[in-house]
Amino acid sequence: MHIIDSGNVAAATGVKLSRAQVIAAYPITPQTPLTEKLSEFVESEELDAQYIPVESEHSAMAVCIAASTAGTRAFTATSANGLLYMNEQLHWAVGARLPIVMCVANRGIGAPWTVWNDQQDTIAQRDVGWIQIYANDHQQIIDSVIKAFRLAQTVSIPVMVCYDGYLLSHTYMPFDLPDQEKVDEFLPPFKAANFLDPENPGNFNPVTLPDVRPDQSGTTRPGYIEIRHRLQMDLRASLEVYKEIDADYKKDFGRGGHPFVEEYKCDDADFVAVCIGSLSYHLRDVIDAMREDGIPVGVMGVQLYRPFPDQAIVQALAGKKHVIVFEKALSYGNQGALYADIKSALYNAADRPTIQNFILGLGGREIKTEQLLAVLREACAKPGTAEDTPRWVGLKL
Amino acid sequence: MENKTTIVNLTEEEFVYPGNRACSGCGLSIIYKIGLKALGKNTILVVPPSCLTVLQGVYPVSTTKLPVVNVTFASTGAAATGVRGAMKALRKEDVNVVAWAGDGGTGDIGIQALSGACERDEDIIYICYDNEAYMNTGIQRSGTTPQGVLTTTTPIKGKLQQKKDVPAIIAAHGIGYVATASAAYPLDLYDKVKKATTLPGPKYIHVHSPCPPGWNFESRYTIKIGKLAVQTGLFDLYEIEDGRFRLTGASKKLKGRERKPVTDYFATQGRFKSLDKDLVARVQAQIDAKWANY
Repeated sequence: MHIIDSGNVAAATGVKLSRAQVIAAYPITPQTPLTEKLSEFVESEELDAQYIPVESEHSAMAVCIAASTAGTRAFTATSANGLLYMNEQLHWAVGARLPIVMCVANRGIGAPWTVWNDQQDTIAQRDVGWIQIYANDHQQIIDSVIKAFRLAQTVSIPVMVCYDGYLLSHTYMPFDLPDQEKVDEFLPPFKAANFLDPENPGNFNPVTLPDVRPDQSGTTRPGYIEIRHRLQMDLRASLEVYKEIDADYKKDFGRGGHPFVEEYKCDDADFVAVCIGSLSYHLRDVIDAMREDGIPVGVMGVQLYRPFPDQAIVQALAGKKHVIVFEKALSYGNQGALYADIKSALYNAADRPTIQNFILGLGGREIKTEQLLAVLREACAKPGTAEDTPRWVGLKL
Repeated sequence: MENKTTIVNLTEEEFVYPGNRACSGCGLSIIYKIGLKALGKNTILVVPPSCLTVLQGVYPVSTTKLPVVNVTFASTGAAATGVRGAMKALRKEDVNVVAWAGDGGTGDIGIQALSGACERDEDIIYICYDNEAYMNTGIQRSGTTPQGVLTTTTPIKGKLQQKKDVPAIIAAHGIGYVATASAAYPLDLYDKVKKATTLPGPKYIHVHSPCPPGWNFESRYTIKIGKLAVQTGLFDLYEIEDGRFRLTGASKKLKGRERKPVTDYFATQGRFKSLDKDLVARVQAQIDAKWANY
């Protein structure tokens, strides 16, 4: 069934279809309508879950951590400073290997205050160990939430589903509602291997030592570094797991098939624009206009940013002439984070393209199609001459 | 209390293994042993960083025979909320969900999450063991460190400010049960924890916990010093049940009787050695004024 609603409602509906059992959230613009919708689902008993209106985002993630440790499916959502206020808890949720799912309606970070969209909030969290999926439209939001719950519980790693604040969170678009019975088949109930259980007591997240240590039966148990190494290995392995989950979803629901990058007119392209989020759909108009002029250009949206799908990126970009990376975030003092990651992935590629970086849209600065067109035309006209330093688009002072 | 527990009918069941990492003479180790006896097997514990984290042992060895989840410092009240939420979702509502934190984890860094849990009327028991400084990091001042006390961050003049009254702050939330207790009166503590397991909503128990290295006394004097705090009228054992305040146990017995001078308590601990006569007189006057109102 198709409905027309906002991106936040798409996310909330995905959470409902996924039968989340414990939901905790603190309102922050532009995530707020998502939490309002979830509280409505719970109060109206459309969703059999505990909705806990906590007093902060730090506590929202604390509730999710504890509820997940106790063996229930837990969800929260936030934006910008709310996400940063959770930072310690994000690390904790990963280290504790909890399958929490969180939506982030991307927003710029203060100071100075901005409520508008960019992606600095989630990009700044790229190193905590959460899986990061980015949706480009409302359909991808609802589908990604459902896939995220299955991925999280398959690999025991929490997943962020990110989408652009306002541009997606508050706009209305038609999208298909997956059928509840089919979702139930796709996403079995969460059954934790270990959980808080008075019948089988365990001490979760205790103090560890630098070295390995024997337990009372003499078996050697890991030290901190082994536990963290296992996380890294499992994160890398989750690339393949997500690919399979996405393929399953496509089989059941007919959508997906591009878990890592979503390409548009890239097959025969010499030039490829790359970005994260809804901007990649905006760029399709620009690509179409340039194609009319005979410029062989395409656009690629990165859908999974962590773990970084480096092989898929190399496969998509090796052999191209020039790659242009647009970003609504950067690693301050250096370059765009995505740009640096793509460069790093391409470093050992046999036939690597030249590459350049544009920063744009911070704090919701409007990105105009003609600006993108001008920038991209220039980049394609003189490939390989660009500096490594990112250029900023649309600065007025 | 109607049916007081005595050493004769106290359960022999233990939930804490011997040989744990607590210091010799640790007030917390008494409180923990007795508290868990009162809570019983059907309990889940939520613990932030504190001496209790250390007492719990180092992976893969553990001290406690109950499920424990270690959580971040500021999140205890919220994490207990999450466990309770999960128990509701799983229809296992008869489990005791118990947060157990130090005075810093409760009254300082953890007060926001605890306040939120109280306001939301969460069905949890929150036990704060108050050793009156940040002991796990090595004796730094906390909000509950009494005035004049020497710590490693008030090393010469002693703490200039007064002790924060955390149970009064929690009681101001209007929750159904707030109590104080002391490691020196374990059976009084036992009965309060036991009562808490029978009540709905948030229950808060604030337990005075002498700390030999932190308070600078010989480890054999833990009970004596804990008792002196009560006998001098400095730390009072009480319950506030549905808004009604009443003294209990040894504090109740003090009513109408002569209390020991607070100097008897101060003289037992090195942490008070920089107190001047004026401050001692002021503290004695505060105690006298408080008791005049009981």
